Amino acid sequence: GYFSETQVKPSPKETKRQLCLSLSLSISVSSLHSLSLYPMDAHVAQLQMQYRNYILSLYQQGFLDDQFTELKSLQDDGTPDFVAEVLSLFFDDCVKLVGNMARALDQTGTVDFSQVGANVHQLKGSSSSVGAKRVKGLCINFKELCEAKNYEGCVRCLQQVDIEYKTLKAKLQDMFNLEKQIVQAGGIVPQVDIN
Amino acid sequence: MDKGFSPVGLRVLVVDDDPTWLKILEKMLKKCSYEVTTCGLAREALRLLRERKDGYDIVISDVNMPDMDGFKLLEHVGLELDLPVIMMSVDGETKRVMKGVQHGACDYLLKPIRMKELKIIWQHVLRKKLQEVRDIEGCYEGGADWFTRNDEAHFLGGGGEDVSFGRKRKEFDFEKKLLLQDESDPSSSSSKKARVVWSFELHQKFVNAVNQIGCDHKAGPKKILDLMNVPWLTRENVASHLQKYRLYLSRLEKGKELKCYSGGVKNMDSPPKDSEFNTGHQSPGKNSYAFSGGSSDPKQLASSSVSDPSSDVHMPPKAKKTRIEFNPPISSSCAFESLLPWSDVPDPLESKPQILYGSSFLQQQPLPSQSPYVANSAPTLMEQEMKPSYETSVNADEFLMPQDKNSTVILQDLDLSAPSAISSINVTNDTESILRSLSWELPESHHSGFIDTDLDFSWLQNEHFLANTSGNFQFQDYSCSPSLLSELPPHLWFGNEPDEYTLMVDHGLFIS
Repeated sequence: GYFSETQVKPSPKETKRQLCLSLSLSISVSSLHSLSLYPMDAHVAQLQMQYRNYILSLYQQGFLDDQFTELKSLQDDGTPDFVAEVLSLFFDDCVKLVGNMARALDQTGTVDFSQVGANVHQLKGSSSSVGAKRVKGLCINFKELCEAKNYEGCVRCLQQVDIEYKTLKAKLQDMFNLEKQIVQAGGIVPQVDIN
Repeated sequence: MDKGFSPVGLRVLVVDDDPTWLKILEKMLKKCSYEVTTCGLAREALRLLRERKDGYDIVISDVNMPDMDGFKLLEHVGLELDLPVIMMSVDGETKRVMKGVQHGACDYLLKPIRMKELKIIWQHVLRKKLQEVRDIEGCYEGGADWFTRNDEAHFLGGGGEDVSFGRKRKEFDFEKKLLLQDESDPSSSSSKKARVVWSFELHQKFVNAVNQIGCDHKAGPKKILDLMNVPWLTRENVASHLQKYRLYLSRLEKGKELKCYSGGVKNMDSPPKDSEFNTGHQSPGKNSYAFSGGSSDPKQLASSSVSDPSSDVHMPPKAKKTRIEFNPPISSSCAFESLLPWSDVPDPLESKPQILYGSSFLQQQPLPSQSPYVANSAPTLMEQEMKPSYETSVNADEFLMPQDKNSTVILQDLDLSAPSAISSINVTNDTESILRSLSWELPESHHSGFIDTDLDFSWLQNEHFLANTSGNFQFQDYSCSPSLLSELPPHLWFGNEPDEYTLMVDHGLFIS
């Protein structure tokens, strides 16, 4: 699945467990209890680890930048769905803007590059709001192509933009699913420190 | 506590067509404890702003709006409402930023915007208020021009320019950005330029130019600038003066419901609703708040406070719709004068609107009823003055100054006996009332004062001076010497803490 690229190191708890087992003679039930070795917790811990690594990989692979971190930091107990709502707005915007650009480029007559450019500008702004790094990077190229009135270049770039935002959408969907799993397993979604 | 506090309840209007950013900015601003209103269209934003003229403290807008150019919105807001505006964009090209400056933006933020940038926007609000306050001071200083012109009372003997204020004031990042980006650009230096003191002559030229152009719609800063033919003046100078002028006129308009005779009148016009102004021949009574000794229409003072110079001359609140007129007797004119020390007093026949224009409208600005922290009573007084000072009846016209378009206020025979003491009293009173209406809660101050201390000192000195000179307006040249501070009452002293802002707001230190 999508976790295949991540390496799961033994969690601290796992290590402790082994240590305990090796000292089985002196282990009491209460000690076992305080070490939280119940299967459910191990499961939560594993999920949390997976979540952490996943997020890190998104940053490392350039899907997200620190604006995404900022976004997450804005979410609080009062607005637990803030990030999800913002992302939802963003992806709706992507659909709209890509559609506009496709229509503008699909003209049989002369293409209005300024129109395309205007939509690119909007997408750039939008992607900067959620930390969609790759999308934003594409917009910078796209803008130059519009200014150069490079038709083929624009069409290619638009295709890339389309793929890119959809990929990001899928990735973030996975991230949210992991969060859900963690919560359902009784755990808390960890704050991931990028640095 | 993070460095830099943000005053609770700052009323921010955010304008952005990007729904994602709108949502994020709303959240961020709420985290700063600001009161946020969001808007997705520029026209909608203007509508909101006009609907509640004093309903917002600051506007943040994206540069690219679908229905209106963000710069145009910026202009409208600046001209009509005189609110600080911050521009935002994902595009940081120098020329765009410069355009923002030229159109009067207080700052230009690059997206993605960080919390720390939003936390300090209140500084722009305060700064703007300070500028307005300084304009008033500029009046005092510029007043020297006006007075000496007639070889009359030396008002504020210094007559120096408040150049130092602009220069020494700590630059905000915005100005720094501009300087770093484009040092050779002449227009960037305008942001560093010393503030223009609108002397009588200069204002005269301005008004003449405006008159020449005639209709408000055509009277843009560029045209005015061209007509004025003042080489060192920039379009920005004219633009900002123009906006104040318009504001002043619109406030005069508001004062229409109250009537007031004050003897000497100025030919001011109250502009029609669409803010069209013509400084020419308006019925003089409309904007009279000057007063003179002579009057053919002795009417009782509606406000006893005004008639009694020695008592609290605190003007009654705006709700007062009675006719306030002033008898010829000196006492009343003294009282009046106390509120408007620079205005023309004695001569009813000489209407000199221009100066009063200059002084009054510049003074008018800072105190809309809901901007609490500019504790500047002079303008409050002015405003209150203005409310009753409007006279439309024909009688008034006759009795008041003749129609004289280009007359200017001559402050001769300025009776300066009581005013200063009174004005200081008034200052205190108004300051307190302002403080009472202060809607902002301020967390404990720990923010290092960004306000230039020189600025503050000069203000204090100014007021100090007024407070102490009992009627003797022979001001010797007061310079911004810190030694004056030691003579100030303790509550006016900034010396205790570095945090001027707190002090100012807590004690209403601007004036008193």
